[in-house]
Amino acid sequence: MKKIISRIGLLLTLLLMVVSLSACSSSASQKNVLRDDKQTKTITWGVKADTKLFGLMDVRDNKIKGFEIDLAKAMTKQILGKDGKARFIQVTSQTRMPLLRNGNIDAIMATMTITPERAKQVDFSRSYFDAGQAILVKNGSPIKNVRDLNKNGDVVLGVVGSNSVQNIKKFAPKAKVLQLTDYSQALTALKSGQGQALTTDNGILYGMSIENPGYSVVGGTFTKEPYGIAVDKGQGKFRDAMNNALTKVEQSGQYNKLLYKWFHKVKGFDFKGAER
Amino acid sequence: MISIFQNYGGALLYGLGQTLLCSIIALIFALIIGSGFAILEVVPNKFLRIIAKVYIEVFRNIPLLVITMFFYVVIPMYVVEISGFVSGTIGLILYSSAFIAETVRSGIQSVDPGQMEGARANGLSFWQAMRYIVLPQAFRYVIPPLGNQFINLVKNSSVLAFVAGFDLMYQGNVIASDSLQSMSTYLCVGVLYLILTLPLSYYMRYLEKKLA
Amino acid sequence: MLTVLGAYSWINIRFLLEGAWVTVLVSVCSIILSYIFGIILGIIRYVQIKYLSAIVGFVIDIIRNLPLILIIFFTYFGLPNIGFKPDPIWASVIAMAVFESAMVAEIVRAGIVSIPVGQMEGARSTGMTYWQALRYIILPQAIKNMIPAIVSQFISLVKDTSLATIIVLPDLMNHAQIIYGQNTNYTIPMFLALAVMYFIVCYSLSLLSQYLDHRLGTAKKSGEVEEVVQSVER
Repeated sequence: MKKIISRIGLLLTLLLMVVSLSACSSSASQKNVLRDDKQTKTITWGVKADTKLFGLMDVRDNKIKGFEIDLAKAMTKQILGKDGKARFIQVTSQTRMPLLRNGNIDAIMATMTITPERAKQVDFSRSYFDAGQAILVKNGSPIKNVRDLNKNGDVVLGVVGSNSVQNIKKFAPKAKVLQLTDYSQALTALKSGQGQALTTDNGILYGMSIENPGYSVVGGTFTKEPYGIAVDKGQGKFRDAMNNALTKVEQSGQYNKLLYKWFHKVKGFDFKGAER
Repeated sequence: MISIFQNYGGALLYGLGQTLLCSIIALIFALIIGSGFAILEVVPNKFLRIIAKVYIEVFRNIPLLVITMFFYVVIPMYVVEISGFVSGTIGLILYSSAFIAETVRSGIQSVDPGQMEGARANGLSFWQAMRYIVLPQAFRYVIPPLGNQFINLVKNSSVLAFVAGFDLMYQGNVIASDSLQSMSTYLCVGVLYLILTLPLSYYMRYLEKKLA
Repeated sequence: MLTVLGAYSWINIRFLLEGAWVTVLVSVCSIILSYIFGIILGIIRYVQIKYLSAIVGFVIDIIRNLPLILIIFFTYFGLPNIGFKPDPIWASVIAMAVFESAMVAEIVRAGIVSIPVGQMEGARSTGMTYWQALRYIILPQAIKNMIPAIVSQFISLVKDTSLATIIVLPDLMNHAQIIYGQNTNYTIPMFLALAVMYFIVCYSLSLLSQYLDHRLGTAKKSGEVEEVVQSVER
């Protein structure tokens, strides 16, 4: 009995230690990301590596390629000068927020929608791409738009940590949502018939439908999803630098070139609306 | 941490239930299949022994995640639709049954061979002797290691998170990204796992001491 | 047939091998670390130093009873709170090392316990101190008994590295997923490649364990340790 009591005591002490540790961590960070990055001439970006068009791992040379990667490189040059280097770390929707707050990455450019809830935790730049949520289904599927999902409680696939899974609950409350670890898993699950539709932002879905002609984006967009670059709270100067760099990239016409480079093959993509 | 329990208590408990459910189902089937292959490993027929050996070595030496993903991705594509929970449970059954087979086999072999010979001399067939004489004694030896296998099963059931199986780890991932408090959430999840595994683990150690 | 050939094109194979290299790298680093720390922790737990042994024992029990995925999250998301920011490779190595050290410590403790008390008493009566007896008499015998169990633990470790895909460790599993994520026709060939590659590594380790078992002549008397093997194998 004595042993059990001492064990419980130990457990409580341990818990207390852990809780106090996690409490410490929530205090605001003291560092200055912009100054540190200027010294090291490197910005560390958290990017997707499983998302066609935005950031996708190229099997041939083990490099991540996509619109966001090119934009991040261009913005790095604007902020740090010609010899500035962009370092890329792969994130998923699940890992990006903890990594940013822990300081593993300086900024997130990973198809991340600006939402009020997220803005409480991180600071966003202004939007660099305006997406909207849509659904991807198999060709010939009876599902034509998001409302159809509500009719007979279909299974919708999404990704852990993306806000599209929250949105779908509003538009199709009867649908059952399965959240997978990343987009390639979600797409594989759709192809395996684990769900009737995959939902996320149209830009990502277009990328999937290019590679997989048997699947198409239907019903148009039903939300507005402006993508923003996220930086840690308290890094106001870094965020301002991001906004300035974005403006310069847009004004120089570089932005539109990148847009054309990645999206000119996409059917149904609204170029005029997206150009800056 | 407390706020996580307050806001997401229901989701966490549901996950705990699914984890427990999947572990118990997997334990029952893995025990049946595992014992079957354990017996096949000691039968006189060489062909059956080889089959058992191949089954055990294959599933012992391939990661559980690979087996589970196979059932989640490949089987529905070509054979029949199965959900994440089911494919995760099947993966767990196949993987654990290989380990349980090895445990039960060592239990059978630790029973004095004289028991089998004596039973055969009394006119029992091999299967009768196995069923009534050897297995009951073997199971007494293997209860503590089987308990530990069950603990491993509970821990391994966390692969369901990869296939959206609604287990505790999956709920933890969802809550962590919803509340944006990953550390506190995973601490809660850890405490819940310990509630399942730690008492069992101490009880098994107590049993081991008692039987030794 | 064409899809199979396409799946095993040199580009894909090279990508898989790059992943396999990370798997091996993470496994080897964490095997070395967990072997060292496991033995130290196992001894601390066995020798009954006031408070220290109890605390170490309790922490080992906690770690042993948590899913590895959770420990991976703790190292990747938690360590930065105390000032260390690991990349996925380091985070996996640390998580594996912490988890497997606890597992090895338990094997070591059971291995030492399995040595008859007479050995210690005999050594002490010839004038050795407690630590000398432990170092020169008990441990060499215990480690000999434990080796098969430890090797099986390391087989589990190799398999468990696949779980680190959840923090995007670019290992064999992750690279295979990237390939079949981009082309569904490659799914079955990729699973086959995964199974074969993991099997080759793990089965050769398991053959090594059987060889050591045979060579050290522990096959007969390691009954007690075998029970430990069963209890730690995942």
